[in-house]
Amino acid sequence: MATPDRARTGSVTPAQAGPASGPIHVSGEVLATRSLGHYRRLTLVAPGVGERSRPGTFLALSVGEGRIGRRSFWIQRVHPEGGHGTVLDLVVEPVGPGTRWLASLAPGARIDVTGPLGRPFALPRDSARCLLVGEGHSAAALTLLAERLRDRGCTVQLVLTAPDETRLLGVLEARRSVATVTVALGSEALARAVTTAATDCEVVYAAGSVTTLRLCADAASAAGGQCQVALEQPLLCATGLCQGCPVVVRDAAGERRTVRACVEGPVFRAERLDWESLS
Amino acid sequence: MTDWPFANPVWVASGCGGTGRELAAYVGLGGLGAFVTRSVTLQARAGAPGPRVVEAPSGVLNAIGLQNPGVERFLADDLPVLRVLGATVVVSIAGVSLGEYAELARTLGRADGVSAIELNLSVPGGAGTGILDAREPFQAASVVAACRRDLPRGVLLLAKVRSDVLRVVETCRGVADAGADGVVVGNALPAAMPDGRPAGLSGPAIGPLTRRCVAEVVRALPALAVVAAGGIMGAGDARAYLDLGARAVQVGSALFHDPTAAHRVLAGLTEESS
Repeated sequence: MATPDRARTGSVTPAQAGPASGPIHVSGEVLATRSLGHYRRLTLVAPGVGERSRPGTFLALSVGEGRIGRRSFWIQRVHPEGGHGTVLDLVVEPVGPGTRWLASLAPGARIDVTGPLGRPFALPRDSARCLLVGEGHSAAALTLLAERLRDRGCTVQLVLTAPDETRLLGVLEARRSVATVTVALGSEALARAVTTAATDCEVVYAAGSVTTLRLCADAASAAGGQCQVALEQPLLCATGLCQGCPVVVRDAAGERRTVRACVEGPVFRAERLDWESLS
Repeated sequence: MTDWPFANPVWVASGCGGTGRELAAYVGLGGLGAFVTRSVTLQARAGAPGPRVVEAPSGVLNAIGLQNPGVERFLADDLPVLRVLGATVVVSIAGVSLGEYAELARTLGRADGVSAIELNLSVPGGAGTGILDAREPFQAASVVAACRRDLPRGVLLLAKVRSDVLRVVETCRGVADAGADGVVVGNALPAAMPDGRPAGLSGPAIGPLTRRCVAEVVRALPALAVVAAGGIMGAGDARAYLDLGARAVQVGSALFHDPTAAHRVLAGLTEESS
């Protein structure tokens, strides 16, 4: 029998043996915290999770024993940290009791971590011209992606947007790693920036509100490019168990199907989504 | 009665283990007493629109709308995977009529690798789900009788009843007399989403209520096999049900908090007894 202890130390079922992939459930620790405007960045030690992470995957965190639901966060960055193997960064927007609790954690706090979860972004051929559009804290979903794209020799343009500057994530860091960074505050500026940039791109990757994702999908479609969106739906378990995150998609034959945002997503090809049901 | 085919008393509750594949990413299904599937219906159901699941104080509210691929796709896609994963499979079924329940039981009872059928007679979503209303004990009993008739030997028939303290003993007596091999007490309780839509409430919030129901049923019907389901988060909760006389327990909402919860409960029980 697989005991929880084995699960917690990261062993996997035989079907998954081989290269590390798929999610694991581990007891993690907050290594460091930092305020980023309106947000809080947590750096977590979660043994085995970082090595498995890919751009567009996410983590589910427990917020104390009393709350059953998990809280889900994009894996913003994975980096080596002496003595801990790899550690993970994630960005918390304190909006409710659970996220406020997380944002208040101090280094050393223990926390159950499950991840990496979900289907990642599909990477394009080498040297493709890519546009990345990130809104608010959701821009965290694009950091790992930008690094991987750069490693493949892709041209990366990044458009960051937010309702105000305190909710703008990662401009300075992005300027170090991405060819062009455009900041667009407000919906009109965003629409202009995305429409302009998309004309020169083969693939558009987007993370943010449904409105922003749809804007990107339409811009990519008008420019003849592809679009992949990282959808943020309310998730309870985040692990595919509860069926609580329905997303209506169209399969290759045009049939409507209801799938789970957490397992079949969170990244979807824009043309597969039934946008009307998302609004 | 058919032999009790379950190796240990810790099961995964219906609707709480995904298709089995998702849970198997963390833990082996073969180590558990049983894996109860989400409720399978004759036709595929797309389920309710979101939001479907929200937190409640010490619990979870769900309005899934019984999303499932229908019995045909379940047999083709999900059951073979559960078998490969080594699960002891209990298939939960829900029908819009007696005839549908009977057809589902007959079809699934003949499929290889099904150890038991769990009749979902306590859908918390109410009339909006279109599922047969088994609110009265005689209605629950008639579903059991209709399914018992065509179920092959060797496949257990379990009735999952609502943890309604006032009716639960009468309901359990009725389904036992109609031929059920055991009862599952209980289901998520009828509740409402914040916007007023019908929902089911599960989790620690309903544990004490379910415990009362289990206690009453065990006292009144000592020969009946009772599987307890409600609010089990740790081994202590499971032990309390087993000490009352439950033959097994189902871990449900706790899996949403920790996908290894059922194994944690089992390990805790095993540790106690060694």
